[in-house]
Amino acid sequence: MSVRADVISQILQIRGNTKKEFPPLTDDLVLVDSGLDSLAIAILVTRLEDTLGFDPFAEFDDASPPVTLGDFIQCYENAVKLSAVDSRPTV
Amino acid sequence: MKMPSNCLPSIRDQLCKASDSSGRFLWSAAASVSLGDLLRGTSLGGRLPGLLGRSVLLATQDQLAAALALVELDGVAARLIICPPDLPAEHLHSVMARGGVDAVVSDQGLGGPLCVTCSLAITPVKSEQVERRLTEWVLLTSGTTGGAKMLIHDLRSLTAAIDGLNLETDVVWGTFYDIRRFGGLQILLRALLGRGSLVLSSAAESVGDHLLRLGALGATHISGTPSHWRRVLMSPQARAIAPRYIRLSGEIADQAILNSLHSFYPQAAIAHAFASTEAGVGFEVNDGLEGFPASVVSARGKVAIKIENDSLRIRSARTALRYVDGGDQALADKEGFVDTGDIVELRGDRYYFLGRRNGVINVGGLKVYPEEVEGVINRHPEVQMSIVRSRRNSITGSLVSADVVLKGEPDLSSANNQIADLKREILQICRESLAAHKIPATIRCVSVLELAAAGKLARHRA
Repeated sequence: MSVRADVISQILQIRGNTKKEFPPLTDDLVLVDSGLDSLAIAILVTRLEDTLGFDPFAEFDDASPPVTLGDFIQCYENAVKLSAVDSRPTV
Repeated sequence: MKMPSNCLPSIRDQLCKASDSSGRFLWSAAASVSLGDLLRGTSLGGRLPGLLGRSVLLATQDQLAAALALVELDGVAARLIICPPDLPAEHLHSVMARGGVDAVVSDQGLGGPLCVTCSLAITPVKSEQVERRLTEWVLLTSGTTGGAKMLIHDLRSLTAAIDGLNLETDVVWGTFYDIRRFGGLQILLRALLGRGSLVLSSAAESVGDHLLRLGALGATHISGTPSHWRRVLMSPQARAIAPRYIRLSGEIADQAILNSLHSFYPQAAIAHAFASTEAGVGFEVNDGLEGFPASVVSARGKVAIKIENDSLRIRSARTALRYVDGGDQALADKEGFVDTGDIVELRGDRYYFLGRRNGVINVGGLKVYPEEVEGVINRHPEVQMSIVRSRRNSITGSLVSADVVLKGEPDLSSANNQIADLKREILQICRESLAAHKIPATIRCVSVLELAAAGKLARHRA
């Protein structure tokens, strides 16, 4: 499964636990307006950490936190790319 | 107005002395009230004299209504018990009985011994000759078994940390807290007694709308938990505010959030404060670094701090006075130090917070007692035992995580599906019984849980 698919799947699972109506999951959807409150976003990050093995926000320092769903997915995709570079064998 | 000479002037008396009250406001999402209008009138329909010397429960739906009533009741009621917005209805009678309530002020038609309605409509009233007294303020915090702890403060202890603010005249405070909790009440009092105005939060308002409102009203000083601030930084409206002072409290402020805020709001002075309902406002850290300098412990000043058995203990005029019904539980040790229960570790010349001694999990500023969650999980017929722990989280500081031992071995041929179904069922039981922040974010099925020497679950507390 791609990182994007993992993120979407986890969001749908968390949303599925409530009876609220939610906007569609597009890249320009603002996270704090997505119907996911702080707690739900925190749960999402934790479950993705269990699935993917890392939390890209644990180290976010002076970088801007993600605002849209697209930014959020990008954070995970960037972390995956970085870890792929780090794990290349040296010659 | 008559007032005993040893009595601190009430909030209202202090506001009356300030000459600028007409230009100062309390704003909610839907209404605003000028402090000048409040001083010339009443939100209690002229029934304030009937509340003289009574033990008053303040239970409102609206935060602004609560703020107005607090200003009027301080110095008049013998005791003022402030209901937080999420107090479960089933706890209300117990709170009233324990607090000896003989009057209720409410905007929602609550019954009770003497019920006075408070509203946002200020009606003019002639200056009332009311004898002032030092009111006991009772604040509620969550307790181990769901029952609330009731702590007594007075205006002296609540405001002892507020100094040096009186010189600032153009301060507009904003807070993400509710003013009926200690963190928010501190900000209300700073606004009222420090010559400022206050923009109140609203549970029904989105983060973006709240930020736009704070920006439009020119909020200069804004306070919240690290979790509140992380959420602000994730909002497209984060640039709607330009605070010159940012205050974090209620949770451990880590270096990441301090750096992010400094980067986003470079013009702002950023402070993280150690404060709790029991210990009052301990100290503020203003150097932009997480933890606090070791020199704070040895410093001579209004607040004495000691570290004993790794936990932070505070003695000052700002701590709560006692529990309402705390005959069995002393708030402070013999030397007057309140044990905050927060475990710290000295690294170099700085102390860092590690967590809570009693295992309490702090989810975005809200307490979770592991035993309460375990009790609910253990109701599932397939669960043998469970342990609930804190799990570090970059958004809310901590989350609730559960390890569960099942009674029988799951059938290997369908183990994964069976376990997924069990987890769903456990979560459903939790959702039916627990507030959202107490529901485990993750559940792990394990074969055994470690027991400590005394046969209790080994919690590996900080």
